[in-house]
Amino acid sequence: MKEPEENDGHKVPGDNTNESGHSEGFYEIRPEHAHEPAPEQQPEHKNRIADDTDRIKDDTDKFRNDKNKITDDTSLKKTVRRKTIIGLIVLLGMLTLFVFGFAWVMHQPKDEEAYGPLRKILDLNEKVNRQFYKESSLAPLYPISKSEKKPRVNGDLGMDTSFKIADWELYVVNIDSHDTMTLNMDSIKKLPKTEICFNFKCIEGWSQITFWGGVRFIDFVNHYHLATHSHKPLSNENASDVARYAGFQTPDDQYYVGLDMASALHPQTLLCYEMNGKPLAYDQGAPLRLIVPVKYGIKSLKRIGVIFFSDRRPADYWYEQGYDYDAAL
Amino acid sequence: MKRLEKKHPLAIRWFHWINFPVLAIMIWSGTLIYWANDVYRIGFGDKTLLKFYPDSFYKAFHIDGRLAEGMAWHFVFMWFFFINGMLYVLYTIFSGEWRLLVPDKKSFKEAIQVTLYDFHLSKFKPPQGKYNGAQKIAYTAIIIMGFGSLVTGLAIYKPIQWSWVTWLCGGYTTARIIHFILTIGYVLFFLIHITQVILAGWNNFRAMVVGFDVVDRKENIPMSTENPVLIEDETENETKP
Repeated sequence: MKEPEENDGHKVPGDNTNESGHSEGFYEIRPEHAHEPAPEQQPEHKNRIADDTDRIKDDTDKFRNDKNKITDDTSLKKTVRRKTIIGLIVLLGMLTLFVFGFAWVMHQPKDEEAYGPLRKILDLNEKVNRQFYKESSLAPLYPISKSEKKPRVNGDLGMDTSFKIADWELYVVNIDSHDTMTLNMDSIKKLPKTEICFNFKCIEGWSQITFWGGVRFIDFVNHYHLATHSHKPLSNENASDVARYAGFQTPDDQYYVGLDMASALHPQTLLCYEMNGKPLAYDQGAPLRLIVPVKYGIKSLKRIGVIFFSDRRPADYWYEQGYDYDAAL
Repeated sequence: MKRLEKKHPLAIRWFHWINFPVLAIMIWSGTLIYWANDVYRIGFGDKTLLKFYPDSFYKAFHIDGRLAEGMAWHFVFMWFFFINGMLYVLYTIFSGEWRLLVPDKKSFKEAIQVTLYDFHLSKFKPPQGKYNGAQKIAYTAIIIMGFGSLVTGLAIYKPIQWSWVTWLCGGYTTARIIHFILTIGYVLFFLIHITQVILAGWNNFRAMVVGFDVVDRKENIPMSTENPVLIEDETENETKP
């Protein structure tokens, strides 16, 4: 800031004006009455505020600079003009800088479809938000009677129409394992069933109360001893044993999402095979889909073909389209 | 002889002018987000009086199909909006400027009088300090609105981790509507603000750039005298907004 500043209450060396410009009542003492003891250092605003309406203010001398002594209208005009020009240059400079900064960001190489500098801050936001993440924060539940009878079908990504439900199999790849486990619907339905009625939120901005049934992902993981390097059941004692991410893909590999393990193992995250108490409809991701209430709908992948575990962040379709990876709510 | 009169402290001028482009980015990026689910309308039953916004608007400003980009800008500039706003509020509190800005009992009556005067419905112009009643109400309301945008914004941004905030806002969809209405409020504020600034003239505008008003002085007082000079105040303090 090069702009000459007001002299707010404190004295600047070489400034021989006395700051008692605002006296009480209807009289004003010209600042030039120097050499008498300075009045106690009162913050400037207190005076100003005490009697805002009835007082005449003359701050001319505070805007005087040493070269241009304001003695008449002409010198005052000069000072005003000079300060106005400087002020406008600073203002326009600031706004121009802003516009250039904006254009600069728009010309930066993109990091997964988001302008580089914005992506950096989005990643930072995720770190900030993770500080506030609590597993105990649950998506609010609603009575089943309030749920949408025909939930919106919003996307058909990865929903190859030649796909037959009867041919479906689920492939599961554990971490530190080269074996692929193949599961069918019966083996999943054998696990305890969990139902949830919550407000499903789309990243586009709409939301619907929907009712889903299936297997909690944490129950699935525990049952098959997945997600741990030791291939033992999850335990709270050994956090470093747990894979950092779970990845999900459609059978045609067209749609794929990654979940941080905390969200994947969140007690409300489901491998879902029922909607409104009936088997999942074809366009809702039959036979098995993800429901991740703590994330935007873009993470609730329809028609799961492959599940895998990794310490490296799995590829994520919408992240590659410029959204943030977490998509956390 | 004219005299100079301090008006806007340097800090407030910076907060004001930084807020201008930051808020512009927030409204623009917010519109990019709104495009993805543009369901709001004013109407009753099936009858729609006004829809935000027609497709032609999106096309004209290249707003369609940029949800991810809108979210990225919005979630970056929310920090600047938040920090600048907080610093402004803290500054007004610690400098005492808030006393000039927060309306008091008289302000509401004064606001009506000022409005009548501005619309040439009344000849009476209430005496005012730095700001008149209408300004005090407007400049305080805009801060409350900014706070409302932050709170409802957080309620939409992290409705599960900050579910108590979402609950306070009346739920997710309500928070979203309030967030949107507040934005309309900013646009209306901006339009009125610009109109008033144009009507108030150059001296008033310049005060937001350089900090001082140039004011007429009735008596010609010599600027340099050996002795203190007492001036009897006859000048009406004629500061416009």
